[in-house]
Order: sequence, then C-alpha cells, then structure tokens
Amino acid sequence: MKWDEFFVTGDPLIYGADVSIALTTAGILFYLTYFKKWKWLWTEWLTTVDHKKLGIMYIVSAVLMLFRGGVDALLMRTQLAVPEAKFLDSQHYNEIFTTHGTIMIIFMAMPFLIGLINVVVPLQIGARDVAYPYLNAVSFWTFFIGAMLFNISFIIGGSPSAGWTSYMPLASNEMSPGPGQNYYLLGLQIAGIGTLLTGINFLVTILKMRAPGMTLFRMPMFTWSSLVTMVIIIFAFPILTVALALMTFDRLFGSHFFTLQGEGMDMLWANLFWLWGHPEVYIVILPAFGMFSEIISTFSRKTLFGYKAMIWSMLLIAGYSFLVWVHHFFTMGSGAVVNSVFSITTMAIGIPTGVKIFNWLFTMYRGKIEFATPMLWSLGFIVNFVIGGVTGVMLAMAAADYQYHNTYFLVSHFHYVLIAGTVFACFAGLVYWYPKMFGYKLNERIGKWVFWLFTIGFNICFFPQYFLGLDGMPRRVYTYSEESGWGPLNMVSTIGGFMMGVAFLILVYNMYYSFRYAKRETHGDAWNGRTLEWSTPSAMPPFYNFAKIPVVKSLDHFWRQKQEGKVEKLTIKDIKPIHMPSNSGVPFIMASFFFIAGFGMVFEWMWMGALGLIGVFGTLIYRSFEYDDGYYVSEEEIIKTEKISN
Amino acid sequence: MANKSAATEHGGFPWKHLIGFVLSIVLTLFALWIALGTDLSVTWILIIIFGFAFLQAALQLLMFMHVTENSRKGGFSGRIQIGNVLFGAFVAIVIVIGSVWVMSAGHAKHDKHDAPKTENQDGSHESEEHGSH
Amino acid sequence: MAHAETHDPNTPLEYRSETGRLNILGFWIFLGAEIALFATLFATYMVLTHRIADGPALGALFEVKSLLIQTFLLLTSSFTCGLAIHEMRRHNVKGLMTWMIVTLGLGLGFLYFEIQEFLHFIHEGANIGTSAAWSGFFVLVGTHGAHVTFGIFWVIMILIQVARRGLTPATSAKVFISSLYWHFLDVVWIFIFTAVYLMGMVMQHG
Repeated sequence: MKWDEFFVTGDPLIYGADVSIALTTAGILFYLTYFKKWKWLWTEWLTTVDHKKLGIMYIVSAVLMLFRGGVDALLMRTQLAVPEAKFLDSQHYNEIFTTHGTIMIIFMAMPFLIGLINVVVPLQIGARDVAYPYLNAVSFWTFFIGAMLFNISFIIGGSPSAGWTSYMPLASNEMSPGPGQNYYLLGLQIAGIGTLLTGINFLVTILKMRAPGMTLFRMPMFTWSSLVTMVIIIFAFPILTVALALMTFDRLFGSHFFTLQGEGMDMLWANLFWLWGHPEVYIVILPAFGMFSEIISTFSRKTLFGYKAMIWSMLLIAGYSFLVWVHHFFTMGSGAVVNSVFSITTMAIGIPTGVKIFNWLFTMYRGKIEFATPMLWSLGFIVNFVIGGVTGVMLAMAAADYQYHNTYFLVSHFHYVLIAGTVFACFAGLVYWYPKMFGYKLNERIGKWVFWLFTIGFNICFFPQYFLGLDGMPRRVYTYSEESGWGPLNMVSTIGGFMMGVAFLILVYNMYYSFRYAKRETHGDAWNGRTLEWSTPSAMPPFYNFAKIPVVKSLDHFWRQKQEGKVEKLTIKDIKPIHMPSNSGVPFIMASFFFIAGFGMVFEWMWMGALGLIGVFGTLIYRSFEYDDGYYVSEEEIIKTEKISN
Repeated sequence: MANKSAATEHGGFPWKHLIGFVLSIVLTLFALWIALGTDLSVTWILIIIFGFAFLQAALQLLMFMHVTENSRKGGFSGRIQIGNVLFGAFVAIVIVIGSVWVMSAGHAKHDKHDAPKTENQDGSHESEEHGSH
Repeated sequence: MAHAETHDPNTPLEYRSETGRLNILGFWIFLGAEIALFATLFATYMVLTHRIADGPALGALFEVKSLLIQTFLLLTSSFTCGLAIHEMRRHNVKGLMTWMIVTLGLGLGFLYFEIQEFLHFIHEGANIGTSAAWSGFFVLVGTHGAHVTFGIFWVIMILIQVARRGLTPATSAKVFISSLYWHFLDVVWIFIFTAVYLMGMVMQHG
C-alpha cells in the first residue's frame, strides 16, 4: 500500500480536518508538557478505577463524539438544503451518513448513558464502587479505543460507506473495497467488548453491592432502569459480536455467510443485525426513562407514581425487546404470517412504554413543579417522544410499512425517539448530576436558552421530514431534483439542524462559563433530591463515596429523612478504615494492544493483528498473576476528608 | 438446601458426579441410536434428540456446575444464576428458532436455486416458485 | 470491594471471600452472554445448513467414529473436572492437580481429533470458503474449539498459581470459575453433537 492510499487525500474538507486534528494534538501535548501534567494524567485518569472518574471520561468522550456526529449531520443537511447541490459527492455523502449513524448510536448515545450510569448508580445504591472496578476501567478503555479506531478512518484509509446497518452485499468486498468497512467491523467489535463487560459489571453491582436495607423494590428508578438495561446488554451484545465476526470472516477469510457467492444469504446479516439492533434500541432508551423518572419526581416533589407498574413494564420490555426485530425488514418479504406476528409484537411492546408516559404525567399531577432545566428537558421529552412513539406504531403496521420503508418518514421517526428520548435524557441527566460530578451547577439561564433553541430547532429540523417521507423522499440519497418539489421543506429542515448545532455550542460555552463563574455548591444536595447520591456531605463525593454506608429504610430514603428532620450527621465513632481497589495501568495498556490488533486487521496486515492479540493475552496473563487486594484508607484520612471536628 | 449439598460434599465418594457422568454417556449413545439406528420420522428424531440435549445440559448444570448453589446462607445468588440461565435459554431459542423461521418463510424460501431439497417431503410443493405459505 | 470474610467451616473455600463470591456470580452472568453468542452461531449454521453450493453435503462427510471419540473425550473431561472440584472442596491439592491435569489431557485429545477431522474435511474438499453451509460449520465448531484451546491455557495458568500459593479463597475461586467454563463447553458440545452432527447425518440419510 502506498502512502497516498494510506492517508485520505484530495478533499479540502478532510485536509481541513487533518490540520485541525494536528493542531489540537499539538496543543494538548504542549499543555501537558508545559504544565508538567503527564504524571497527573497518568495517575489521576489513565490508571483510575474510580467509577466517578471513569463516568466523567465516558461523558467527555461522548460529548466529543456528539460534536463529530453533529458535524456529520450538518454536512448532510447542508448538502440537502437545496436540490442538486454540489457540496458533497455521493461517495462522501455515503461515508458521512454511515459515520453519523454509527457514531451517534455506538459512540455517543451508549457511552453518554453508560457514563451517567457509572457516576450515579453506585452512589444511588450506597456503594463505594462497582463490583469489579478493574473491569470497569477495561470497559472504558476498550470502548474508547474502539471509538478512536473507528474515528481515524476518515483520515487514514477511508471511512465506511455502507450505512450504519452495513447491509450485505453493499458492505461486501466487491461493493465496499478497502479498509473502510473493516474499520466499522473492528471498531464496533472492540467497543462491544467493553459494553458487554459493563453489562456484567453493573448487573452484579446492582444485585450485590446495595446498601443494607435497600431491597430491590426500594431501588431508585434510574438504578432499576440500569439493571434492566444491563440484562439486555448481556444477552444482545453477543449477537452483534457474532454478526460482526462473521462479516469479518467474509471480508478477510473468504467465508460465505452473507455473500452472493457460495449460497450465502445477504439478508441473514440483516436478521442478525436487528436481533441485536432492536434490543439496542431499548438499551439506549431505558436508562433515559430512568433519568426522567428521577428528575420528574425530584422537581414535582412527589414520589414516582406507579413505581411498581413502571418496574414490571420495564421487565416485560427486557423480554419483549427480543421478539420484535423483524419489523426492521418487513419488506424482505417473509410472508404474511411472519410479518403479522411481528406487527403484533411490535404494537404490543408499545403498551408498557405507554404506561410509563402516564406514570410521569400522574407524578406531576398536583405536584409542586419547579421548572429547572432538567425538568424542562423532561417535559420536552414527554411531548416530543409521544410524536415519535405514535409514528412508530404507524410503522409497526406491516402493510403500511411498505409505504414508509426507507423514506424520510422513518428517518424522522427514529430521530424523534432517539433525540427526544435519549439525547434529551443525556442533556437532562448531565445538567441534573453536573453538581455531583464537578461541584457546581451549569448556569440555569443559559441552560434554558439551550433547551428552547435545541427543542425548537429539533422540531423545525425533523417535523418537515415526516412530510418529505410521505411525499416519497427516500433516505440516504445525496441529492434530489428540482422537480421533486422537496426543496423548500429540506431548506426548513436544514435551518432547524443548524439551530440544534448552535444550541450545542451554547451548551459547551455554558460548561466554560459555569466553570468560571458558577457558585460552588457547599453541600451534597444541590436540587433537594430524594435518593442517596444527594446524601453525601460534600458536593462531590470523596473517592470512597460514603464514609459510613447508609442504612436504607424505604423508597426515597434520603427524602424521608429530610422530611422527618432525621438526617444523620457523621460522627467520629462512625469512622472505620475503608477498603478500596488499587489503580492499574493494565486496562489502558490492554486497550492499546487492542488498537494495534484492530488497526492491523483493518489493513489486513495479519502480523500486526497477531502481535496486538498476543499483547492482549499478555496483559490478561499479567493480570491473572497479579494478586492485588487493594488498600485501606486510614481513619485519619477519612476524618480529614470529611472535615469532622468531633 | 443448596448450601447443604455444597457442605456435605466435602468428604466421601463423589456419587453425584459419577451418576451425572454415566447418565451423560447413556443419553449420548441413546441419542445416537435414535438418530441412526431407528426408522422414526425425521420430526420425531429431532424432537427426541433435542429433548435429550436439553436434558443433558440440565444434568451438567445441576450435577457438575452446582447452578443452584448459594454463595452464602440466605443469599439469592442461586436464584440469580438459575434465572440467568433460563433467560439465556429463552433468548437462545428465540435466536435459533426465530432466525430459522424468518429466514425460511415467504420470499426467502424461494431464494435457493440449486440446493437439494431436503425438508418438506410431503410433495405438495412440487414447484419451488409457488409456495402457498 | 467490601472485605467481609465468612468463616463458617462448611462454606467451600471459593465462597469465603467477597471477591470470590462476586467473581463466581459474575462468571455465571458471563456464561449467559456465552449462551447468546453460541445461539447466534447455531442459528447461522441452521439457516445455512442446506446451502452447500457446489460443495459436498455436510452429513455426507460426518463420521460416527470420530464424533464418538471426540464426544467421549469431552464428556469424560467434564467428569474429571468435576472430580477435581470435589477434591478441592476436600482441601486435597494433590487430588485437584491430578484430576485437572487429566482433564487437560482429555481436552488436548479432543482438540487433536477435532483438528484431524477438520483436516479430513479439507482434504475432501470442504473448507470455510466452500459454501455457506461449510462456513457455518467451521465457524461454529471452530469457535467451540477455540474456546477449548483458550480454556487449556487458562487452566494451566491457574494451576501454576495453585502450585505456588496453595489453596486460598482467591485461588480456589479461580479454579472453580475455570471449572464452570469447562463444563459449559461440554454443554455447548452436546448441542453441537445434536444440532450439527446427528442432525446432519439424519438429514443425509432421511
């Protein structure tokens, strides 16, 4: 391979990206060296096993990916703003809608939610860390490396261009030659390892690490939604692992799973992809439901209405989410019986979701509602998500789906559920738990501007797309004719898209502004909360979270304590040495070997792939022989941290 | 009770393992005989040999893997483990039967061109082009 | 994390530390994921099993003798692995080591015959690229074989640790977890035996 094939050349947009990447990297390296931050970076972040820090790193990565995916989206909207635009050519457009979809689902939505779960869930259940802190670091670093591997594709070797669903035979060697599609396969594979480990880790954490007295039916709703999500992750992600591996075999080793030769079945890929893909939809929406439940309950000053009904409906969804996958390809033509069955299961799964909408409405009913920013996002969610849900039921009807399939109607539908559901939740959760992570709130005034601009922009962007879809505009086309008459609505949609982009920039500005000017919280209960994460004395919990593990007596235990004026004060007698896990650099090194292995396989340099895998196994063996039982935090240190003066 | 079995296993002859082993050998040979040594219809053979397979899986889980074992008194790890395996079995059955069903029904059924016809021996589908379901 | 040690003398060693208990439970959950992983491979194989293109039919190449040798080796290794755990619970390190080494030997024997069989199939003109059906076969059975290979290395690593450190709550939990893995591979093999080999031969003859 020649160097000019190795690096992507010829496109001014990409040269621009090259320059900005080089400048940013140089800037970071300069900063780290000049301010002597390398050691700090290594000891505080790269080797940490603290769930809060890992959570913050997840969220920072997710915000970066939101930027990347957002830029992709705006490039697409620019191209589509007017008919027959020449801004992007068809190949470039294909690459961009592929990376947009993949990044937003796998590298933005999931890590954002998993990041918030990391920060919040151990605190909510009164634990000092997760069940396997070391494994948690492995999870983060494999996700991060997977994301990086996927992201360098656009400057080295070329991006995948077969869509985030990568249907065969479009994704085959014949139709998608070169390393692009391999980046998709390997990047997702490596990140998927991290996700599966997170699933196991948090399932065991929630089941086994709860504070005394916190029975299953006293757990906060966000913890419950995380529990159900983890179950779905554990059983859905292996399906993706296999599907990706099989396609990798097809592309690299000449097997015939999904190829047109050797009697492979291209649609078997679609079948496996959506066997994972539909549960994946619930993986990214259930934690969102959990967050909205917490926020609505907090800002209505009421216990969540129908707590148990909500739990049962989520458990039902965990099973049901595996029974609806065919609705993603009704048009494959599996016949009336198959399509009818999956049509019915799809409509049925809407019921437990609908139940929750009423839970939230009745929670607010007669509550003393405070319209803080997280609450605004939650209210915006209810309204907009219902639009997405109702159009989803329209799509669920197999016969009607033949009309909607592959049109902008579908595009609009899934953006209404994924943005109004997942993204609104990420923003709401970020604002809500920001003081827990950083010790101060994001500015409320700017935050409300962000909310209104984003929500209005979102509707301007996507509502017209329903009508474009009904008018026959297919998805994934890079341009359209003047005569089609789709020009005006597309222009409107593009304007809305840029409004969302501006809102994102203001959100980032708000982080800077609040870092500079926000009032620092003096205690742990920033929002007058109900659950245990708000019960820590300091705004940001110390690394061991709780000096004394709380004993839980009811649902919303902390709220009840506050109501009865019985919040326990820490005394010197409560302090005992705390056992904590040691930091480790192994996860980071292991993930680096994964990067070498993945990069080698992307370019089909098998020696490099083998070398990387040997490195991975080496780190596994090293870890197996390492007997590190952690360390104890001394009483003096705890007393000092907690500022107890008898 | 699961705890008790873990405790009493400390000494003595491992009867449980031996019984499990003998049963697994017997089930294997029996399945082989059903499959190759009898004249049952294909459907019955499949039902019986898969029944045996699930039986043998249960045997391994109970006799060798101590799936019901609780890690401590009053704990519910045993129940989590069983629930986990059962949900796994549910998902596995959905994946396997669902995929086979979806990929062989309707249009997909006629997607094969030159492969020998092995299922559907009932003769009503002379033409691969016009399946009635 | 928390270091509550329980010292009920009836509690097996591997359950005595909090870490041991958590790791064993976590590994059970991981086996749930493995069930989904193998189920997907089985589904792929079953969908593609008749799509043999110009290659040989699957059932035509399967041989009962080789199948039975592999099956008995693996079934027996699962049994001896169980005996090893039995000895571990009697605090008999020597018994544990002996039975585990027997288990590994049987595992190696299984791998030997599996590789022989694969070579035989390749010789008969059936490899991973022959047809969709053979792709499904090699990747399903090969993934199981790769698991066995990984398991052999893993158990060796753990036995070294037991030899060095003796039976402690930490090492015994590791041994117990690796035994779960080994038994699980036997369960998977039972389904390969049934769904791949027996079904393949039944379809061939029926």
